[in-house]
Amino acid sequence: MDNFLSVRDLRVHFPTPDGVVKATDGLSYDLAKGKTLGIVGESGSGKSVSSSAILGLHRGTSAQVSGQILLEGTDLLTITDEEMRLRRGREVAMIFQDPLSAMHPYYTVGNQIGEAYRVHHDVSKKAARARVIEMLELVGIPQPDRRVDDYPHQFSGGMRQRAMIAMALINDPGLVIADEPTTALDVTVQAQILDLLQKLQREFNTGIIIITHDLGVVAEMADDVLVMYAGKAVEYGPTKELLTHPEMPYTWGLLSSVPDLTADVEEKLVPIPGTPPSLLSPPSGCAFHPRCRYKDQVAGDLCVTQQPDLTPGTRGPGHLKRCHLTDPTVPNEEEVARS
Amino acid sequence: MTMTDAAPTGPSTATDGSAPLLDVRDLQMYFPVKSSGLIRRTVGHVQAVDGISFQIESGGSLGLVGESGCGKSTTGRLVTRLYKPTAGSIHFEGRDIADLGARQLKPLRREIQMIFQDPYGSLNPRHTVGSIIGAPLEIHDVVPKKQVLSRVQELLEIVGLNPEHYNRYPHEFSGGQRQRIGIARALTLQPKLLVADEPVSALDVSIQAQVINLLQDIQREFNIGFLFVAHDLAVVRHFCPEIAVMYLGKIVEIGERDAIYQHANHPYTQALLSAAPDVKQAAIGGRRERIQLQGDVPSPINPPSGCRFRTRCPFAQDICAAVEPPLMQIGRRHKVACHFAGEIGHHPAEPVTAPLLGVDRHGDPVPGADRNTDIGTDSGYSDTWYDFPGRRIVRDESA
Repeated sequence: MDNFLSVRDLRVHFPTPDGVVKATDGLSYDLAKGKTLGIVGESGSGKSVSSSAILGLHRGTSAQVSGQILLEGTDLLTITDEEMRLRRGREVAMIFQDPLSAMHPYYTVGNQIGEAYRVHHDVSKKAARARVIEMLELVGIPQPDRRVDDYPHQFSGGMRQRAMIAMALINDPGLVIADEPTTALDVTVQAQILDLLQKLQREFNTGIIIITHDLGVVAEMADDVLVMYAGKAVEYGPTKELLTHPEMPYTWGLLSSVPDLTADVEEKLVPIPGTPPSLLSPPSGCAFHPRCRYKDQVAGDLCVTQQPDLTPGTRGPGHLKRCHLTDPTVPNEEEVARS
Repeated sequence: MTMTDAAPTGPSTATDGSAPLLDVRDLQMYFPVKSSGLIRRTVGHVQAVDGISFQIESGGSLGLVGESGCGKSTTGRLVTRLYKPTAGSIHFEGRDIADLGARQLKPLRREIQMIFQDPYGSLNPRHTVGSIIGAPLEIHDVVPKKQVLSRVQELLEIVGLNPEHYNRYPHEFSGGQRQRIGIARALTLQPKLLVADEPVSALDVSIQAQVINLLQDIQREFNIGFLFVAHDLAVVRHFCPEIAVMYLGKIVEIGERDAIYQHANHPYTQALLSAAPDVKQAAIGGRRERIQLQGDVPSPINPPSGCRFRTRCPFAQDICAAVEPPLMQIGRRHKVACHFAGEIGHHPAEPVTAPLLGVDRHGDPVPGADRNTDIGTDSGYSDTWYDFPGRRIVRDESA
């Protein structure tokens, strides 16, 4: 495999007094350099937890992490803390959702971005500062030589997110994890940030994992999509195929429950009934079965008793789905016709 | 512009001739900015809402969209009279409520209710669901104490919760269920107008649809007027037949759903629509052409002169800095405030408003020219409007 990042059977379990919370339970995916993977799912589906495992952020906590995270052939789960520290920020960087709380209010923006650079490069403060100004200019901050001495509160929301991107990219990492990078932003600013991310990705050939609940953002950004439900991948495949011809009822549900800018307004939204399951005691069989409107079409009570495997879907190579439905296209066509 | 017919005049009324449920005119809310130190002098004002006018008919719904800081939430809070406006009028069922005091407002609270964004922060964690929903009944002494419980259970059923759960606490419910509790509380007094401030944006996508459908059912069943404040353009389009787009305290465009989403005339509305990510793009494999706006929204403490959008507008010219464009009616139910109003690709080269305002193309006053000062102050729609491509007044034959 020439994949840059390969995640294999990743499990992140949190022991709690009430039992083990299986936040991520057997997740596998690949990412090539210069490509974007979108991870979608509801809150609590394990999308953030699985990604912070890549950065080794569960080290030193009570979390039990198992499986493999291969970054250019090195398993990030077996290396020492010191080796992880050397890679963190240099090979894998993260862009957080809320730039105001991700930045220290007492330090200038330039100071914080420069620190990320100096941790990994033995350079003088002056050289780091010059590099920071260069990065700020690259991400589109006006007058970077002046704004470098500003504090985070002096930046607007969009500028803070630009500064976060500068901080993540200053060491030219091969992989950037963007956790809901535009959720806190207005749409016009969101458009600017998404454009910037794509421009920088082309320039640096960075692999990006974008975690979001917004299918529109995924449609714009991602080459592949991974849909997560209750800690597991339920559908995985190329964005175009997956968003136009999904084969798993949860993905249909996500698509039919959001209105879009061209849909017939007389048509009612089709919500997914019920609420996301508890990860302490997930439902038996398919975790989605209590909310699934198609489980009657599966013979017997297979959905309730047996967990479906992730099997190849019909939409070409790389398309995987976790569902017992044998003919997933029937309700699917109906669903697509609706939306 | 040459006028071939009488200018649109007269007080506006709803198209069916009856008075609207809510009629807001020239509403203004300035928040003082105080200096630091012992003597806190007022050093400026945040012009959160600056002269907006609109109407909501009984059982109708108006969507307010715009980016953060545009004043849409402030407008919602003014209509519910959580704030007292600096200027302007709010006529509810024909009565101006803008200057009422606390005592006079109490009966009004039964008529206008609010649904909040945050289902966690808006419910008191120490009260049971029953007492949260029942509180309005007791405060307004609507039903005898003995009947409060049965009314609460009835409301829980309406919003799709188990009526037996009245003695549970908010923390025992999920985010979507809590939002239903908030909706039940707002419905308790059978209001005529509901102000919903981002009612679904804190919820997961699969739950959003449940709550939107619930709000639609409630609106149809009880004929409630809605002021629906949200930033999600697709959700607003789905819910509201009429939409107002706000920018920095002003309404820049208002109109029927199709007028806004298919025939937007204001550059800001166009940029906003083109920036909204859309799942449908996946089918065509990639991203649409989008109108890039440069920079951020300016400060409402010191907004730009003339048109407030001009600092980010790709079409801005001299006149935009000199003269503020009035909100002009350009369709049967469509108004826009722009000197260069036009659909995408059809923005005129010359300011369409200049003859109306008695200025030249740079915004300088033309000596002796008439200045039409009453444009844009109407809250409703007139049955005549400006037709800029033909530069004349059109009279609506069907009205």
